[in-house]
Amino acid sequence: MKNFFDSDLWWSFTRSPVTMISAVTAFVCIAGAVLAPLLAPHNPFDLASLQLMDAFKPPAWTGEGDATYPLGTDDQGRDVLSAIMYGARVSLLVGFCAVLFSTTLGVALGLLAGYLGGRVDAVLMRIADIQLTFPSILVALLVDGVVRAALPRDVHDQIAIFVVIFAIGISNWPQFARTVRGSTLVERNKEYVQAARVIGLSPLRIMRSHVLPNVLGPVLVIATLNLGFAILAEATLSFLGVGVPPTQPSLGTLIRIGNDFLFSGEWWITIFPGVALIVMVLSVNLLGDWLRDALNPKLR
Amino acid sequence: MSETETLPAAGSAPATAPLLSVRNLRVEFPTRRGTLVALDDVSFDIHPGEVLGVVGESGAGKSMTGAAIIGLLEPPGRIAAGSISLAGKRIDNLPYEQMRRIRGREIGAIFQDPLTTLNPLYTVGRQLVETITTHLPVGPAEARRRAIEWLELVGIPAAAQRVDSYPHEFSGGMRQRVVIALALCAEPKLVVADEPTTALDVSIQAQVIALLKRLAREKGTAMMLVTHDMGVIAETADRVAVMYAGRIIEIGAVRSVVKEAAHPYTAGLMGSIPPISHRVERLEQIDGAMPRLSAIPPGCPYNPRCPRVFDKCLTLRPELLDAGATRAACWLYDPK
Amino acid sequence: MFAFIVSRILQALPVMLTVSLISFAMFAYVGDPVAIMLGQDFTEAQRQALVQQLGLDQPFFVQFATFLGNAVQGEFGLSYRLSRPVAELIAERAPATLELALCAAFIALAVGVPMGVYTGLYRHSWLSRFFLTFSLIGVSLPTFLIGILLILTFSVWLGWLPSFGRGDVARLGWWSTGFLSWSGIKALILPAITLGLFQLTLIMRLVRSEMLEVLRTDYIKFARARGLPNRMVHFGHALKNTLVPVITIAGLQLGAIIAFAIVTETVFQWPGMGLLFIQSVGAADIPVMAAYLMLIAAVFVTINLIVDLLYYAVDPRLRIGRGGGH
Repeated sequence: MKNFFDSDLWWSFTRSPVTMISAVTAFVCIAGAVLAPLLAPHNPFDLASLQLMDAFKPPAWTGEGDATYPLGTDDQGRDVLSAIMYGARVSLLVGFCAVLFSTTLGVALGLLAGYLGGRVDAVLMRIADIQLTFPSILVALLVDGVVRAALPRDVHDQIAIFVVIFAIGISNWPQFARTVRGSTLVERNKEYVQAARVIGLSPLRIMRSHVLPNVLGPVLVIATLNLGFAILAEATLSFLGVGVPPTQPSLGTLIRIGNDFLFSGEWWITIFPGVALIVMVLSVNLLGDWLRDALNPKLR
Repeated sequence: MSETETLPAAGSAPATAPLLSVRNLRVEFPTRRGTLVALDDVSFDIHPGEVLGVVGESGAGKSMTGAAIIGLLEPPGRIAAGSISLAGKRIDNLPYEQMRRIRGREIGAIFQDPLTTLNPLYTVGRQLVETITTHLPVGPAEARRRAIEWLELVGIPAAAQRVDSYPHEFSGGMRQRVVIALALCAEPKLVVADEPTTALDVSIQAQVIALLKRLAREKGTAMMLVTHDMGVIAETADRVAVMYAGRIIEIGAVRSVVKEAAHPYTAGLMGSIPPISHRVERLEQIDGAMPRLSAIPPGCPYNPRCPRVFDKCLTLRPELLDAGATRAACWLYDPK
Repeated sequence: MFAFIVSRILQALPVMLTVSLISFAMFAYVGDPVAIMLGQDFTEAQRQALVQQLGLDQPFFVQFATFLGNAVQGEFGLSYRLSRPVAELIAERAPATLELALCAAFIALAVGVPMGVYTGLYRHSWLSRFFLTFSLIGVSLPTFLIGILLILTFSVWLGWLPSFGRGDVARLGWWSTGFLSWSGIKALILPAITLGLFQLTLIMRLVRSEMLEVLRTDYIKFARARGLPNRMVHFGHALKNTLVPVITIAGLQLGAIIAFAIVTETVFQWPGMGLLFIQSVGAADIPVMAAYLMLIAAVFVTINLIVDLLYYAVDPRLRIGRGGGH
């Protein structure tokens, strides 16, 4: 771990204002989402506090707005700003968990394939190849659809959020597995790993202490770039109405709900969650891009 | 070539007007940890038809000198001081388009690795033809005729058929012959050959060097032959410049440098070549390594490794001084 | 050449087989097709009859073989949701999706490649920086948001273009086209831009990075050292060498466009296969999902084959095995 937080990485960070701004933005987004219950002006899910009279209030600065609802309210009279903060929580949670899942799965299978080689390798990589032929959003949709069909409706609604995490996670493991397998093949043939084998260390231990540290750099880059993707995938699924349940609306759900009011002129219900989503994903992607460039010599 | 060195110009050379004249060339690389000086105060001449060998360890600045001459330094490298003149005309400060017309036409270039120097997607004939028609006022049919002629000249068998082959259909040695044809096909007066044989099999190296030498003689082309192989230099070059840490530390006629090396570094270098005349028990080697560009010591850059180092070497940097048959940048030859 | 095509088709077979196996497994084991098809009230005899009719009492491989045989004939059974043959449903909607995808692919390539070349060649110009910023926003913008923003601007505020549907379509045999009427073309503009924008930015970034990679190679340096004009170096030597990877990715992207059409079609209520698919996912309509999966797999395999053939045309190293010269 130590060698990729060396001075070079820090140096390129301090030299890139865009990266610093996106780091700050990403931090603000994450903090705002995590601390939503403390920071949000309203609790959009507290039915008692909802006033239908306050429905469809435009943003505060438009004149007809109300200062207590800075970004306006939706059809239920929910504060859009608070809904965004709570929604970002769900989006980030799903995003992080999905990336964690695909990273774990991908790294484990990649190490296995690279280290064991032979038939295990051939089968795993063939599966990865076939899956990579399809866009991952399609895989996620299919997995989601199949699970939906396999489970009774009430059970599905309870675990919907895990289904989404699983679907997005499973749709992305091949990228990790391929990279890790490639690096593992290189590492496996190096002398120190050969030596570790000769002195009889268990394969598991060799992989953990010798191979794994060397593949972490690329994995970190892919994981960062994938976080942006996973957040988008969740938003897309939720927008299509097959993502998280409406009781726990994510940013994608909010956009879907707001979309119905686009034509009657209540643009803010859909546009503000959209802007929040873009800002969040853009800052994560910028960080990922920077990380990839900064670690580039290790990736190629 | 003349054996007696009379001219006082850097590196002493025959008394004709030089074809290429490099004066006090300084190449810098701005990096985040300050500016690296890759070439410092490099001066030499190449006369028409002459072969100048440039030797040194990797990173000594040999290839960089070649790149500066053809005007293709890798950014952010740049010429910070000094001048390069071709036939009396400065070429180091020309706009890109003017310099482009000189490349290929006046100065040819041969690169190190023939496997990567040719565009894999075009036939060798097409690459020759485009070079010829770019620089010479000939039509496509005539250019193709010349392309075949050049392939014959560099010893490609069945050139008339092979002209339509792709690079991957040739072996490494054959590809380097094609590269040589490409470098010479617009008949430049000077060729910069950057390690032309390093990437080749040992058995083929001699053939390619012989070919280069023959073509240079036949066409009267001057050549700057960059290599780290003293054997190649001894066989091919008229004069030789020895580079160390971005500077020329000794320059002179090949015989003189080989037989009576003046600079301790050159002497060490010569000691590391097995002589053909008699067996030696043990080859000499120079202790230590060439300093990195970021850590060149003050004074003479060779001082940490020099067996004959003294006070002056540690603080003052030596210029090229007359040292018997050659000129060497070493305080041992300080007349004072 | 012929052997090359045959070997590629043979390589594609396992992919198709795996996908059909997944489709079949979905079809046979997910949910209870019998219960779904019979509805609320049924007798045991009715159930038995249906089980036999569907062949569900047969051994696994017989069922799979029947499934494959039917699939090859385009026979995927009835949609649970609409009680109509799946093949009919898909055939009805395929033209809408294909016309949309083709327009989007055209936009992505016609704009993305020149932008990529430009940003690769003139890395530090302000226009390149602008393009790059634009592309970064492009990859961070989810397709559905692009659609919503376009609808808001061009339909709601400006009122220039329709926000849903295909407009008037003309029928040419079984194919329905929107190209022949003004309203059909107008209806196509926003969805095609929405669908193409993401791929456009991807292609631009890909062409750019390939261009940068190729410009660093020895043969480009050598082309410069030979004094070739920039025009020849950039567009003759460099661009042609970037084509090989660009063809691959562009091919895959065309496939991705058809898949991403799901989202665009939802936003614009575009009556294509994607909308059908997403409605099926929502309703757990397995036959439609299985058929769609197979169809997409077939499309991808075909595209891959075409990509391989294009490779073959571009790269002489594949064309000629081993010449002499050794």
